[in-house]
Amino acid sequence: MASVAGGTPKARARRAPAVQPFADVRADFPVLQREINGHSLVYLDSAASAQKPRQVIETMERFYSYSYGTVHRGVYELGREATEQFEGARERIASFVGWDPACSIFTRNATEAINLVAYAWGRDNIGAGDEVLITEMEHHSNIVPWQLLCEETGARLRYLSVIDSGELSLDELDEVLAEGRVKLVAVAHVSNVLGTINPVGEIVKRARAAGAVTLVDGAQAVPQMPVDLGAIDADFYAWTGHKALGPATGLLHGRRELLQEMRPFLGGGHMISRVERDHSTWNELPWKFEAGTNAIAEAIGLGAAIDYLARIGMDRVREHERELAAYALERLPEVEGLTLYGPDGADGRGGVVPFTIEGMHPHDIAELCDREAVCVRAGHHCAQPLMRCLGVGATARASFHVYNVREDVDRLVHALGAAREVFEL
Amino acid sequence: MTDALYRDYILDHYKNPRNFGELQPHDLEFHDHNPLCGDELGVHIVVEDGKVAGLRFHGHGCAISQATASITSEELVGMPVEEVSRLGADWVIEQLGIEISPTRRKCALLSLKVMRGATTGDPSWPE
Repeated sequence: MASVAGGTPKARARRAPAVQPFADVRADFPVLQREINGHSLVYLDSAASAQKPRQVIETMERFYSYSYGTVHRGVYELGREATEQFEGARERIASFVGWDPACSIFTRNATEAINLVAYAWGRDNIGAGDEVLITEMEHHSNIVPWQLLCEETGARLRYLSVIDSGELSLDELDEVLAEGRVKLVAVAHVSNVLGTINPVGEIVKRARAAGAVTLVDGAQAVPQMPVDLGAIDADFYAWTGHKALGPATGLLHGRRELLQEMRPFLGGGHMISRVERDHSTWNELPWKFEAGTNAIAEAIGLGAAIDYLARIGMDRVREHERELAAYALERLPEVEGLTLYGPDGADGRGGVVPFTIEGMHPHDIAELCDREAVCVRAGHHCAQPLMRCLGVGATARASFHVYNVREDVDRLVHALGAAREVFEL
Repeated sequence: MTDALYRDYILDHYKNPRNFGELQPHDLEFHDHNPLCGDELGVHIVVEDGKVAGLRFHGHGCAISQATASITSEELVGMPVEEVSRLGADWVIEQLGIEISPTRRKCALLSLKVMRGATTGDPSWPE
């Protein structure tokens, strides 16, 4: 594989040979060389946070070693290089999802991106009697900011239900919108627990027709499938780099008119145009929303992660995720007492498979899988309202990325069998 | 098969928990959860002559949290309430008789947390 340098994904694709899926990408992930408890590592928790290829690690190391300076300040060479790399990363990241770089704001993570909207847009546009509509399958990061906003403004928080198929009902959406009080619809693009791929383009269209602003939480979507924000056309779209093979830095993409009208989120350096003793004016987009020194190396590292994914091709990443999910859905039921959750089949779901085993708590499942170096997540996955809908306190969850192979699913199935033996089930 | 964590007696207490259910009427009660995994545990306590005359845990959780509640419940019945309020994390770990990693510590301490909540009103994690 060619090393990562600058350039747009398109230009790179012409220069570098495409990465073959997917056994050969495994060599790019140093962590996969580790052995734990005498077993080679099987990492099945990418929906929580993905592992990093050496191209990302080396890009950040190179930047810290030879080009580090703060951005938009220094007139010296290092400052220029840092600014060029940082803003270059922003441009490639924005182009990767099909959005205007000036309306693509670096945040700490997806959670901060959503809070930015709740604070800077919500407090001036949501009032008593208004409704904020979210869904039962949201991550806490797309619930709690709206709870805080509703508490403060007297607005009402409503939930679209998750129906038995693990999907949302567009009919219910229409019914709620028809009541005429919904000011904001905030919905996950892909559920972090069920894996459901929601029809966000359609949801945005219907919400906009009803006069509501839309926010899509794309934390689970951008890392694993082609995402075209121009086509989805949401007013706000939030995601995070650390699930997309990059470091922990988030993105908020917003509609220009809204971002221009909004008051700033955090005040401080860099986000101002001029500071008087009693008031200030704001910097242009996107910097108006980037107070203080950015996570510069992280942004540049995410640029490298995006280049890496673009070189593989997101269509192929999606197909890989679909195939692994399908294989897991086929093999996991071999484990006695195992219940799967989420949509039927792999076509309508991302690379995530939640499950429980009768007689064994998910925490214990994960602990025993770890004995065989199989990393799965256990718990409520920051989605407690969804857990209550499913009628469970917690689930175990296996999730995939480019470095996973079918043998990883085999290892999981083996570890679950061994766990059942320990529990004498 | 012998596992360092999931010993036979741990699994026995998990599968057949002692002193589980509700206790009506009761004098003291407390309910709490482990924010990491969402596990929930509540306790009902009947007090006679300043002692724990009876108690029942209820809720759901992993083998470690459920077995700890069950194992310690047998020690707690008959104990002066004032003594319960002075119990700490070390006492729980000793009762369990296994090594508990930092990631499972809260699982092991949840039952003492609710016992102390019921007897002292202090909802903090035992140290």
